[in-house]
Amino acid sequence: MFRKVKNDLFSQFQQFIYFLGGLTNLTFQSIIWIFVPPYSRRRIFEQMHKAGVESLPLVSLIAFFIGVIMAFQISYLMIRFGSEMYIASIVALSIVRELGPVITALVVAGRVGAAITAELGSMQVTEQIDALETLAANPIKYLVVPRLVALAFVLPVLTLYADIVGIFGGWAICVLKLGISSRLYLNITFDSLLFKDLFTGLAKTIFFGMIIALVSCYEAFNVEGGAEGVGKATTRSVVTSFILIIMCDCFFTALFYFIFP
Amino acid sequence: MEDYIIELRNVYKSFNSQKVLRGCNLKVKRGSTLVVIGRSGCGKSVMLKHIIRLIRPDSGNVFVYGKDIWQLTRKEAQEFHKKINMVFQGGALFDSLTVGENVGFELIEHENMSGDALYERVEEALSLVGLSGIASLMPSELSGGMKKRVALARAICTRPEIILYDEPTTGMDPITADSINELIRGLHDKLKVTSIVVTHDMKSAYKIADRIAMLYQGQIIAEGTPQEIQNTEHPIVYQFINGLSEGPITETVEQFR
Ligand SMILES: Nc1ncnc2c1ncn2[C@@H]1O[C@H](COP(=O)(O)OP(=O)(O)O)[C@@H](O)[C@H]1O
Ligand SMILES: [Mg+2]
Repeated sequence: MFRKVKNDLFSQFQQFIYFLGGLTNLTFQSIIWIFVPPYSRRRIFEQMHKAGVESLPLVSLIAFFIGVIMAFQISYLMIRFGSEMYIASIVALSIVRELGPVITALVVAGRVGAAITAELGSMQVTEQIDALETLAANPIKYLVVPRLVALAFVLPVLTLYADIVGIFGGWAICVLKLGISSRLYLNITFDSLLFKDLFTGLAKTIFFGMIIALVSCYEAFNVEGGAEGVGKATTRSVVTSFILIIMCDCFFTALFYFIFP
Repeated sequence: MEDYIIELRNVYKSFNSQKVLRGCNLKVKRGSTLVVIGRSGCGKSVMLKHIIRLIRPDSGNVFVYGKDIWQLTRKEAQEFHKKINMVFQGGALFDSLTVGENVGFELIEHENMSGDALYERVEEALSLVGLSGIASLMPSELSGGMKKRVALARAICTRPEIILYDEPTTGMDPITADSINELIRGLHDKLKVTSIVVTHDMKSAYKIADRIAMLYQGQIIAEGTPQEIQNTEHPIVYQFINGLSEGPITETVEQFR
């Protein structure tokens, strides 16, 4: 029994190392292919539209509610301490530094990453990816690069948008429900936000975008076993993206903590 | 040596523990049509994918134009793929593109063609497979046999020097199948295309082949002109081409594993 668990853990660990190896390989190859001409702007814009514009409604909804929730939770604590003045700055800082980036990344991983794996995965099982290669179009150049570039660009933009909507959600509660003056709330918000808060929040999302694109393409290229395999790969792509995003976030938070104290 | 445009030398390939190719040797002359026969699941598609550089052998080498295809640089590999095309068993049409964009894929991607010039080339290829006027449809609107023919049009559109056909006539009615055979024959006669055709249909095989090879248990067990194959004394080949259930081939696909 114990040995079985140990063996299972070992093989899982082995698979994870194997996965990381494959993902690293894909990452390097994709980065090389970004710089190999010709550059297809059309395909990048197509992906930006799919990932960015079409994610706006969902990101708006979730960011707004996160802002509302944060305002309630923080005001509960701050009113207990009698320091309502801090509500605005805590809401703003937690959204801009942490919640905006992570929530946006998770939404995009669930929405866009899953769609990428499903689309490219079914191309894989119907040999369309093989066909690309035989038609002298490298699948990494043709399929991965546009998605990688698009997501690395779209995620910071979406995050900035989510930050604004989230702060608006907090503002709505504080002004309409708690009776704090609107001008005061906004003044405190902008005073408490430093450039480094915005910068560290947005910079890491470039990497989140790259993680989502690379993981979802990697899972798609390695689909085995028809339609069922595509389903499994899609699930795995979302779960793996979540894990890597959180790990990456932890890494950057620690890094920035020491770089920008 | 110079005459052989494709050569497989002692190719071994396993998937997990399943040995698919076990010392496969094959030579194809420039401008000739080789038909490969063999039971389903014996590794014919895998063999074609070795020739077109989609699958890397576990051991052994594949030479095309006298060069080991896995020694090519990235540029050379791309040039290689422009000269060789494959018709996949399932068609493998890009389902996000129209039929026209599928057929003209290489022209659009590599020669930046568009407009009338492109349309003309696409229509020409489509009419060769008897499907002119469907360029604006999506692949999902086509029947299985039509998809296969569009795939054929895509493969011949840029007039490559080598074409690999994976069961090009399977799933087509006899009349269409015959016209496809005529087309393959015509490409051979007029454009001197080198072809490898995988098929189960012995009638087509005799019709289009310069040479016929049989793949069995991961090796080419017999190779010769259609005449030689027809009059074979090899018991396995004899059983296969005459479609007999009694004979030396008894194992099912399951027992291969
Ligand atoms: N990518 C792959 N992964 C694992 N097994 C494969 C793969 N491709 C082919 N096979 C196996 O190799 C064997 C030969 O397949 P194939 O070449 O498609 O046969 P056929 O001669 O009918 O074309 C089959 O048993 C198949 O399961
Ligand atoms: Mg096959």
